[in-house]
Amino acid sequence: MNDMTPTREQREAALEGMGCKRKRVEDIRFTQGKGNYVDDLKLPGMLFGDFVRSPYAHAKVTRIDASEALKLPGVIAVLTAEDLKGVNLAWMPTLAGDVQMVLADGKVLYQNQEVAFVVAENRYIADDAIQLVEVEYEELPVLVDPFKSMDADAPVLRPDLDGKTEGAHGPRKHHNHIFTWEVGDKDETSRAFAEADVTIKEMISYHRTHPSPLETCQCVASMDKVNGELTVWGTFQAPHVIRTVASLLSTIPEHKIHVIAPDIGGGFGNKVGAYPGYICSIVASIVTGVPIKWVEDRMENLSTTSFARDYHMTAQIAAKNDGTVTGLKVHVLADHGGFDACADPSKWPAGFFNIVTGSYDFPAAHLEVDGVYTNKAPGGVAYRCSFRVTEAAYCIERAMDILAQKLSMDPADLRIKNFVKPEQFPYQSALGWEYDSGDYHTAMHKAMDTIGYRELRAEQKAKQEAFRRGETREIMGIGVSFFTEIVGAGPSKNCDILGVAMFDSAEIRVHPTGSVISRMGTKSQGQGHETTWAQIIATEIGIPAADIMVEEGNTDTAPYGLGTYGSRSTPVAGAAIALAARKIRNKAQMIAAHMLEVSEYDLDWDIDGFQVKGNPQARKSMKEIAWAAYHAPPPGMEPGLEAVSYYDPPNMTYPFGAYFCVMDIDVDTGVAKTRRFYALDDCGTRINPMIIEGQVHGGLTEAFAIAMGQEIRYDEIGNVMGASFMDFFIPTAVETPHWETDHTVTPSPHHPIGAKGVGESPNVGGVPAFSNAVNDAFQFLGSTHIQMPHDAWRIWQAAKDLGAHG
Amino acid sequence: MSDIEQIPVTMTVNGKKVQRFVEPRTLLIHFLREDLNLTGPHIGCETSHCGACTVEMNGMSVKSCTLFAVQANDAELTTIEGMANADGTLSALQEGFRQMHGLQCGFCTPGMITRAHTLLQENPNPTEDEIRMGISGNLCRCTGYQNIVKAIQYAAAKLNGTDFQEAAE
Repeated sequence: MNDMTPTREQREAALEGMGCKRKRVEDIRFTQGKGNYVDDLKLPGMLFGDFVRSPYAHAKVTRIDASEALKLPGVIAVLTAEDLKGVNLAWMPTLAGDVQMVLADGKVLYQNQEVAFVVAENRYIADDAIQLVEVEYEELPVLVDPFKSMDADAPVLRPDLDGKTEGAHGPRKHHNHIFTWEVGDKDETSRAFAEADVTIKEMISYHRTHPSPLETCQCVASMDKVNGELTVWGTFQAPHVIRTVASLLSTIPEHKIHVIAPDIGGGFGNKVGAYPGYICSIVASIVTGVPIKWVEDRMENLSTTSFARDYHMTAQIAAKNDGTVTGLKVHVLADHGGFDACADPSKWPAGFFNIVTGSYDFPAAHLEVDGVYTNKAPGGVAYRCSFRVTEAAYCIERAMDILAQKLSMDPADLRIKNFVKPEQFPYQSALGWEYDSGDYHTAMHKAMDTIGYRELRAEQKAKQEAFRRGETREIMGIGVSFFTEIVGAGPSKNCDILGVAMFDSAEIRVHPTGSVISRMGTKSQGQGHETTWAQIIATEIGIPAADIMVEEGNTDTAPYGLGTYGSRSTPVAGAAIALAARKIRNKAQMIAAHMLEVSEYDLDWDIDGFQVKGNPQARKSMKEIAWAAYHAPPPGMEPGLEAVSYYDPPNMTYPFGAYFCVMDIDVDTGVAKTRRFYALDDCGTRINPMIIEGQVHGGLTEAFAIAMGQEIRYDEIGNVMGASFMDFFIPTAVETPHWETDHTVTPSPHHPIGAKGVGESPNVGGVPAFSNAVNDAFQFLGSTHIQMPHDAWRIWQAAKDLGAHG
Repeated sequence: MSDIEQIPVTMTVNGKKVQRFVEPRTLLIHFLREDLNLTGPHIGCETSHCGACTVEMNGMSVKSCTLFAVQANDAELTTIEGMANADGTLSALQEGFRQMHGLQCGFCTPGMITRAHTLLQENPNPTEDEIRMGISGNLCRCTGYQNIVKAIQYAAAKLNGTDFQEAAE
């Protein structure tokens, strides 16, 4: 060995594999304004589409007259539901088993609903034309409050469902009822309540909000009539699913549809579903034979495509006097708006809300969810959370605090007392999940020690006394949140979208010179897959990440996958990547054995190649093996070095974390200042700690926004009140708190690299931490539960109602 | 085509003089993106809130989604496409954003870097609070800003020839 021979550490570092803070590949183009987003696309002859929208929340549409609009120079066409009926596309199926109008078919069900699609030479003319389309409406009574949806005299929102007593998820019990979903043992749970020393009950609302990525939903559809091929570029978190849906709806064969998701400017669940804009653009391109671009504006985005949450959760806990929980009962009233356009796996009408037992060992639990229609935008999607998991985490974490208050116990101690213990994993929850792994106690104690929890409680007590003595007008809250997520949908035995099992995939091709191209069924929207996927491959096959190109989003070239949402990319595609890489390594081992003239069993893997056992000098690097795979493969072996893997996960993964929020609140102004926010995450094996930290920062900022003011509110006649960045709270750098991050590592036992997914944890765990901090601050004044969002006005109102203003 | 009168505009964009005819109502962001093919600046809200469309005009940060192209007549403009060093390498800010992981989806990044560029002209050595206030017209949905602040501190230190001390967690 001479001095130039790299050490093992140097060879390891050169790979930039798993566990390293590799700088992002994507940033080179993004920092120079050279990203490639949908609206950057310009095709010859391209036209622009834009919608005429309803000003009313509930009305009959009695007449649409486009004649004046069509007279405007530059206007090519105006599509209405009547036109779409010709191609059987006036309505489309939703992912939740409902149907949804593409364009208003006789009536509108929410404000800003799509009524007609104008196609013009440019976006300015399209906008002019919208003003010229005359629509006559006949107003109908508006239903906004989901608690009134099932009143006997509630207006009928969906005459198309008249007489349908059976929905996609069982019987419907009212004309505005969508489904009832029941999980758990009702009798056993009732028994637990009958025998309980203590019970609590609270209606905990998680208000309607919106994912609101900075780039809105958009597409360009281009029909090549000569070859019968359709190409759609779009903001698609799940491009392959969009292709399948487009094929089923249009009857164009799937191989003649090319769906391309280029760079995406954030998704957060907004870009999973299929929206009228996509359908209308495709139809308009089929009609006109030229490309059609559709770009949502911000108001359209906030008021029409995919709201999130709007869950009204009545939680009850039964417990013993010592704080041991014995039963959990939850009823949810789920407001879906005008159509059930949830983007959940097909069999899960309320997503994975049955993770609501959280991190606690409830021996008995029962859950019932009722979905209802209202005159609001359809949805709802999972805004940076695995399906309805953030709602569940908020529900149980708020309820545990309320129980602690009733028992006069410390909320952290109550949680620790009831945690699922390390030796109980794999743990079977009362609502049907098998938690794969966890070490809650270690995480909680590390978090409490780091933040100085006991000292903070002592300080809070002193402040409360000073407040009572009139020495300060500031109160202090400590928000505790210990969440368990369920991500990585999912096993084919219980997860599908429109019948397609929720596997994911990876294809890896090693070229003769030892460089790699790899493609997956997922689609990054900022998660940095081009960087992290290469890190997994680098570690698995010993080729530097810098020599590995990752490509996603083109359905022509990438293997079929279900896309990126619900923190499923790492648990599902990440596993497919590792397994595809291992296929390559196994073949490489046979080639190396042939090259070194030994048995493959006499070889050890060593960072970036194979070496002969006991003779490390006799080795072949992956680069040499790659060349041999194409140049002189062993006799009888197929040449080449490629692999594909489709991964059907055996179980979900269950990331968890301990979050603490320390807040100071001025009772006279309602202004709440976050003094400290500490987030400890356990997402199993960590692929790129820099990216994990970035994900946690971003998710916490979204959690902060949601808990502290971000809301899509409606007035009593269905006007949407939060449909611009003037009214919809997106925190700036000034309001956003400073984030402290930390971690423990409990690898998933069933995942090939032990990774669990992290992108959504901070949203799931962050919201209860903020809300619990506000609630904790007011508890000593006699408050039990204050509903979110906690903006300054509402906090001020709460203080006033509690008599804190004297 | 629309029969609205087209009027001439002249401006210097990233050091190059450009001359075009535009409808008076053409927004500067559409002029940049669609007439000049400078697709770095983005449209996120159309109402001046998000700052994805931020460009520098005559030394000031402006939101090009709420300015008409004709208002930029005779102006000197710099967009993200004009931010790299003359030799094509990444500028201190571009490098800082990559080194400090100050971006994720990249949609706000062109506006954010362009704004930060002007901020460092106005205040070459800003405190964290001054940076936070200085970029408060630019929204980011992905990063939570903490690493953007570090990226700007990194660039300021590099431009000032001082050591960058990453704040402790």
